[in-house]
Amino acid sequence: MAGFDKVVSSYQEAMAGLQDNMTVIAGGFGLCGIPEGLIAEIKNKGTKGLTVVSNNCGIDGFGLGILLEDKQIKKMVSSYVGENALFEKQLLNGELEVELTPQGTLAEKMRAGGAGIPAFYTATGYGTPVGEGKESREFNGRQYILEESITGEFAIVKAWKADRYGNCIYRHTAQNFNPMAATAGKITVVEVEEIVEPGELSPTEIQTPGIYVDRVILGQFEKRIEKITTSD
Amino acid sequence: MSLSREQIAQRVAQEFNDGDYVNLGIGIPTLAANYVPADIEVMLQSENGLLGMGPYPTKASVDADMINAGKETVTAATGAAIFSSAESFAMIRGGHVDVTVLGAFEVDQNGNIASYMIPGKLVKGMGGAMDLVAGADNIIITMTHANKHGESKLLTQCTLPLTGVSCITKVITDLAYMEIENGEFVLKERAPGVSVEEIRSKTAGQLRVDGDIPEMNFV
Repeated sequence: MAGFDKVVSSYQEAMAGLQDNMTVIAGGFGLCGIPEGLIAEIKNKGTKGLTVVSNNCGIDGFGLGILLEDKQIKKMVSSYVGENALFEKQLLNGELEVELTPQGTLAEKMRAGGAGIPAFYTATGYGTPVGEGKESREFNGRQYILEESITGEFAIVKAWKADRYGNCIYRHTAQNFNPMAATAGKITVVEVEEIVEPGELSPTEIQTPGIYVDRVILGQFEKRIEKITTSD
Repeated sequence: MSLSREQIAQRVAQEFNDGDYVNLGIGIPTLAANYVPADIEVMLQSENGLLGMGPYPTKASVDADMINAGKETVTAATGAAIFSSAESFAMIRGGHVDVTVLGAFEVDQNGNIASYMIPGKLVKGMGGAMDLVAGADNIIITMTHANKHGESKLLTQCTLPLTGVSCITKVITDLAYMEIENGEFVLKERAPGVSVEEIRSKTAGQLRVDGDIPEMNFV
């Protein structure tokens, strides 16, 4: 690699440095916009004791769900889980810990983490189990709780296109948590459908500027759909 | 007669105003999109990052990258915008969404809601519900008035862990439309053929009944 060229040619290179007990922040909503190949590489690597921060944990046999098969995940930080039987089993066995986090709070924890803001107040979760044990404070007659932001040793992101400098754009609702995840990793790895030369993407359309991105890899995606609903 | 799911959705849609940005939860709330009055326009927000959700795609145009918060394949309506989850919840938390429609297990007379967790059962998570109830001023709850054992879900105080506190002002059930004001449920409308007595008997929380209560009007 030279200069700002972030492109790597193998998944081993893409995930080099990932070690046991690290925190990995993953983009994606359900199975939409997930870095399929990077998840597969974590499975191949066999890294254990991971804390994974992601809105969901995939399904049995696909997405982050495959990291449950060899018990690689110690803790999930998510807003909604339970689309997979294995997750349920490991949770009930005490093999897996889950920290349920409201979806907007989760997105903001990543955003704030990447933006150097250690914590923020939100009304979300006040007076609920989510607010228990957290500092609360009144602003303008309303109660808010203090939520700490999240950063991780790694962030794994799925983008549509990136240029060699790591400038990324996302496709449709496959954007979801990916731009925030990209900012919150010490090492951010982006798996894309297409790599282009710098200058091919218009500067005004860049959604994740390359400064957040450390490695870019060209992936191949199955893009499995959880619920196919049609009008005909 | 108690209302069907479709009729509850139909009554919900009567609460929409022209130009409203609306977030619909999974289940009955989603059905309300089918009953938006013909003379108004609303724009649907889906919290995974879509403002201007269109109908389901045709089989030929299904796109894995185009889903709603229920993880169903959808389309973008004309004039739609797509954005990140942080942006999506900024508009929710910031109070920019005009109407939010959600299901619930319990609602109480102080506007508290319990909708995501039953102790002893596996908890799947709150998704975006806590952010939605904390962010919106105009929240409509849809649910059956009583559970399958006949026990009221409209309570003096919620018994299940809360999703939000003092945030609910409107409830539409299979029996009635109620608003929550000053620590009581205020009966506004009855489902066609349902008596005030029946509603009273199935409402465990404080119920205020002022004068004659009209039946809901379905066109």
